[in-house]
Amino acid sequence: MSDNMKIHLKYWKQDGPTAKGFFEERTLDSVNEHMSFLEMLDVLNEELQLEGKDPVEFDYDCREGICGSCNLVINGQAHGPKAETACCQLHMRNYKSGDHITIEPPRAAAFPVIKDLVVDRSAFDRIIEAGGYISVKTGSATEANSIPVEKEQSDVAFDYATCIGCGACVAACPNASASLFTGAKIAHLNKFPQGEVERYNRVTAMVDQMEAEGFGDCSNFGECEAVCPKGISISAIAEMRKDYVKALW
Amino acid sequence: MPSLIKALKSQVGRKLMTGITGIGLMLFLIGHLLGNLTVFGSPDAFNLYTKKLESLGPLLYVIEAGLAFFFLYHTVLGVSIWLKRRKARPEGYDTYKTKGGPSHQSLASRSMIITGSVIFIFLFIHIASFKFGATDTVMIDGEPARDLRALIIEKFTTPAYAFGYAFVMLLAILHLSHGFWSAFTSLGMKHGEGSKKVQAFAYGFGIVLMLGFIFIPLYIYFTGGEGSLISY
Repeated sequence: MSDNMKIHLKYWKQDGPTAKGFFEERTLDSVNEHMSFLEMLDVLNEELQLEGKDPVEFDYDCREGICGSCNLVINGQAHGPKAETACCQLHMRNYKSGDHITIEPPRAAAFPVIKDLVVDRSAFDRIIEAGGYISVKTGSATEANSIPVEKEQSDVAFDYATCIGCGACVAACPNASASLFTGAKIAHLNKFPQGEVERYNRVTAMVDQMEAEGFGDCSNFGECEAVCPKGISISAIAEMRKDYVKALW
Repeated sequence: MPSLIKALKSQVGRKLMTGITGIGLMLFLIGHLLGNLTVFGSPDAFNLYTKKLESLGPLLYVIEAGLAFFFLYHTVLGVSIWLKRRKARPEGYDTYKTKGGPSHQSLASRSMIITGSVIFIFLFIHIASFKFGATDTVMIDGEPARDLRALIIEKFTTPAYAFGYAFVMLLAILHLSHGFWSAFTSLGMKHGEGSKKVQAFAYGFGIVLMLGFIFIPLYIYFTGGEGSLISY
């Protein structure tokens, strides 16, 4: 076990949404390869606090890849170098001693920086509020087979439902588009009989809200799919577009 | 339900129309190339073809107006999407790297605005040179016609025209290699095996089409307009 990896960090510091941000650099001398990326940041913050300095703020909660709180852009890649891995599940064994790591917040006008690496992702909440729900009363859980759903449909819907709303798609998109998030949320509900009822109102309202939040256009770069910790396919965007067009008629 | 105008202005509508206009322009390019290849036909073939086009009269104006509309609409959408990205991410990254895998980020997809802008400027020079260029008059079927074939050979025997044209066509290959696949994705094509085939076809289509466009000026330049494919 190696616990003496030397890691050169360069991380973003910003006091508030309107403050001017800057990079700070620091070298950690005893990083353990078994640490998660966030645990490495914990070590950094311990060092900073022992010196009486402000810790670097970063978002986290579950640390097991399901809550979608963490969303760091590591060396220019949302959630770091590993595919289908949230940065809380990224381990330092993926780096070697002497590596330089740049950590930035997701950069998008719709995700204003709150402090350092923490951004305000409430734009996503407002997209959900616009139509990412089912307003009919579905009652308590019914017997699973009482509403027939094709296996293929339910599998695809489940894939879309795995979106944890971390915003990596926005962070990585060269246009800062939220199309994968919005598409996944729309498609996962539209695939089911319960969601079908409000299908077209949903797609219109959510696409409108996405636009109103100031996210960029989708240019089919597909980078969102590459960085998505759940590997959600950009087919979700195709589903959104098809439903949006159908909503016209 | 969104109104049609609102839908066209939406993110989905903008991308959809970029795809539809792009596909329209690609279809036009196929016709354009087939027309151009008549330069290798009989001595009169190209001038006969252009004379037939010009004899369409008002119908030709309608087609030209349609093409201009498609081209300008495509350009305006492309530029507006590019401008919007600057607004959506006012502060860029210090370090940015694609994660690869399923990503379609490539030289082609990242340079659409540059290749598109060059093609936009090229088009004005192209139209000024060939549509409005000064020509001699030849007799075709007993009637006077513009000797556009001679103009083409004259222009493409100058290095600036021949290589400039070929260079822009190379950029067009880049533009089409992302544009073709992207257009179908914008029209709702899902990402999967079928999409990979479309991507492969996109590269093939772009390359074959543009190699056709590149071949003509380079052949004329390197043979001084006197190659065996050109009959007099």
